[in-house]
Amino acid sequence: MSAREDILSNIRRSLGVNGREAPRVSAVQERLRSAPRGVMPARGQVSGAERVALFRAEAERVAASVAEVAQPQDIVSEAARYLREHNLPATLRMGADARLAELDWSDTAIEVTHGPSAGDDLNGLSHAFGAIAETGTLAMTSGPGNPTTLNFLPDNHIVVLREADLVGDAESLWDRLRAAYGKAAAPRTVNLITGPSRSGDIEQQIVLGAHGPRRLHIIILRD
Amino acid sequence: MPHSAKPRVGLFVTCLVDLFRPSIGFAAVNLLEDAGCEVVVPAQTCCGQPAFNSGDRADAQALALQAMDAFSMCDYIVAPSGSCGGMMAKHYPDLFADDPNLAHRAQVFAGKCHELVSFLTDVLGVTSVTAHFPREVTYHDSCAGLRELGIASQPRKLLAGIEGLKLTAMKECDVCCGFGGTFAVKYGEISDAIVRKKIDNIVETGAPVLLAGDLGCLMNMAGKLTREGRVVEVRHVAEVLAGFTQEPPIGAAKETGQ
Amino acid sequence: MTIHTTSPAFKQNAHNALADKQLQQALGNVRAGFIDKRTQAAERLPEFEALRDSAHDIKTHVLAHLDLYLEHYETKVREAGGHVHFARTAEEACATIVEICKAQGARTVTKGKSMVSEEIGLNAAIEAAGMEAIETDLGEYIIQLRGEAPSHIIAPAVHLTKEQVEQDFRRIHTHLSPDRDLTQAESLLTEARMVLRKRFLEADVGVTGANFLVAETGTSIIVTNEGNGDLTQTLPRVHIVVASIEKIVPTLEDAAQILRVLGRSATGQDMSVYTTLSTGPRRPEDVDGPQAYHVVLVDNGRSAMLGTEFEEMLRCIRCGACMNHCPVYHAVGGHAYGWVYPGPMGAVLSPSLLGVDKAGHLPNASTFCGRCESVCPVRIPLPKLMRHWREREYERHLAPAVYRYGLSFWAFFARRPWLYKFATGLAMPALGFLGRKTGRFARLPLASGWTDHRDMPAPQGKTFQAQWRERGGKTR
Repeated sequence: MSAREDILSNIRRSLGVNGREAPRVSAVQERLRSAPRGVMPARGQVSGAERVALFRAEAERVAASVAEVAQPQDIVSEAARYLREHNLPATLRMGADARLAELDWSDTAIEVTHGPSAGDDLNGLSHAFGAIAETGTLAMTSGPGNPTTLNFLPDNHIVVLREADLVGDAESLWDRLRAAYGKAAAPRTVNLITGPSRSGDIEQQIVLGAHGPRRLHIIILRD
Repeated sequence: MPHSAKPRVGLFVTCLVDLFRPSIGFAAVNLLEDAGCEVVVPAQTCCGQPAFNSGDRADAQALALQAMDAFSMCDYIVAPSGSCGGMMAKHYPDLFADDPNLAHRAQVFAGKCHELVSFLTDVLGVTSVTAHFPREVTYHDSCAGLRELGIASQPRKLLAGIEGLKLTAMKECDVCCGFGGTFAVKYGEISDAIVRKKIDNIVETGAPVLLAGDLGCLMNMAGKLTREGRVVEVRHVAEVLAGFTQEPPIGAAKETGQ
Repeated sequence: MTIHTTSPAFKQNAHNALADKQLQQALGNVRAGFIDKRTQAAERLPEFEALRDSAHDIKTHVLAHLDLYLEHYETKVREAGGHVHFARTAEEACATIVEICKAQGARTVTKGKSMVSEEIGLNAAIEAAGMEAIETDLGEYIIQLRGEAPSHIIAPAVHLTKEQVEQDFRRIHTHLSPDRDLTQAESLLTEARMVLRKRFLEADVGVTGANFLVAETGTSIIVTNEGNGDLTQTLPRVHIVVASIEKIVPTLEDAAQILRVLGRSATGQDMSVYTTLSTGPRRPEDVDGPQAYHVVLVDNGRSAMLGTEFEEMLRCIRCGACMNHCPVYHAVGGHAYGWVYPGPMGAVLSPSLLGVDKAGHLPNASTFCGRCESVCPVRIPLPKLMRHWREREYERHLAPAVYRYGLSFWAFFARRPWLYKFATGLAMPALGFLGRKTGRFARLPLASGWTDHRDMPAPQGKTFQAQWRERGGKTR
């Protein structure tokens, strides 16, 4: 018998089932179909300005910084301000996201390059797929628009989030993912990012910037 | 009440109290009688916990059955111990879960079993005691009482009402003292490391008196305190609540007095 | 494969651990670093206890339908272009992974932190096949340099002080100039980041574990803080996920429920920094990510736990809260347990996986204080399961004879009330008399396990029951 059949039949023997019992099969199918939500914390069940404020507070709690801008072009000036303020070189690496491609960087000294990161970029710029207010979490989806490597290799990660893409809880984010990618499908990678990288592995002392970005700056584009 | 106006309470005195410190048993009787109970003490031995926790299910069942028989005429069974109380209230049903003849009986019996202090407050509604103890004390939460029976606020509430008593909180008061029944003997060195930390926390409070609700833990902590030459009076919380503080503390000399 | 375990020598291990000053200093960080953070995180979420119930229910549901969810998961992974391999044993799992690596002509394999890879001895298998395995989690990297096993399931190097880490870095990183400051956690981290960044970029295969396998979508999820798991799985040509079969959850909703208790229970974080969902290899339009995606599903004794009293252990989500709150773990650290799973969860799981003849000490080395159960996010009754192991040992006469006899001796009296009454009626007044001067015994025959470390308080004298009878049932 193959390992697969062996394991499945062991499981069935232990559970005392044959795998064809109708109630078990339909229980599983129903759960996969309906994907019931469980306990929903009240904290995330807010909307509008309250939701933005919650996201902001939670993101800041985990050492991300947050700015809000009104116009798409304000993203450029905010990014420039951020790099300047932290004495960072005027460079940015970004993917082919159409929303970022519309931005005009000519008024700044920033040298913008495009494509995934090979590990030598100091600053990355990405556009979030969405975000979760309950925990201050960004959701990034892989693809040419926002390559996954940009989420991890640059030392400083700037992420643009449209207010309209901010949801209260993870469950609402899954709904948006299903709407975008189809039921029971997913992009290759979804990175849920809650603050900059950190490690507590040496004497349980938290230090930022373990292998991923040391800094995470979120620019919220208000509706 | 089914039998009379007064609830009939069987005192499960526990082996350790029976053998080492009967004064706790008498304190318990007084507290129960003061709260309006008729107290009976059927002939008894062990609740079976040492056997149960050592994997000896057969002896544990035999002892549990013995206790269930001995206390069958009681409205309540009360022990001055969260550990033995927890054994009877929480684990007897487990012991007989697979026995159709005894499962129900064990359930019903378990429902009548209580730890002393929580029985006074939660079942009898006692809100204060008349004792007088003008000392600073600190309190250790014994594990079984705390986590199996949810005993934390009850003793503190009654202690707070004692005239002159000052309760000083201990750091990590809810952390095990390292006793663990046979663990203290089987893994003496580890038990020692755990009780050492406990002793440090006790001493750090500066309180001259340590109280807890389980004699096993008290003997462990008292034994370590005296071995380390630390002068802290160790008593069972029931003794203080009942005003039975004339006895020398646990581990202290009898003849020279206090 | 022979599993290397020192679990049978638990007592000696514990003795050595208690005498190790550096270890004792480092263990202080466990008590200080985890407990308050978990408490605060739990208190900040009013629904935390309800979420623990929810997590418990999800895992219980999965275990009862594990065969069906595994089949569905497998189908979905294949639909997304991934490969699924089943492995009955540690050997099969290692062989499968080594084969995938070899087919790639791999020279270096980076690894994200994975306890199941520790369980199956993957690093040794990769090295034996002539490839280099590189641990990339900071804690795992440090212990790999030292040739040690993790001492904690989420903080593998928690047994070390930063001075020890500095010494190891200076020993292995020969590029370091002597005047480079490495006295702080920050500078040590910077050094590790620099060294490992090169290794990430040159790796051929990346191996990660999984916190969840989502049946609905065929997705594997890892939860990390450093970002090493993401670099491990994104940069090389091949991503291999190695996970045990009970990691399955039905849907993303179920994962979201458990995520809410996982981070809080583990590190006191509402969410860990990186929660990464991976579904298949890179898509045609992608510009980065692995070209191949494999999942190796490991049984290694788990299917046999289903339907037994130890099934509940398969709910475990490896948060480490049980060991963070365990007084025995605080005293002796993780290595004393002698295998990859320490603390209360290890005391239940290790006998299942290693055999109770080897790991028999572990479920006995507990005070049953119950603190582990009180913090377990999926409400595993750990003390009860340890007690079940004690019962199995007792039935098989594996418990040490001296304790068996001691216990039987006690039970012999306790089961005969008249004998108990007679014997204690004689013994206690005698002991009370002997101890009257000091109130305690510094030495007692047959009780050296106690009196080696602490005094035995002397009894007051006559037993309670004897006095009660004398007074005719009256106290006053």
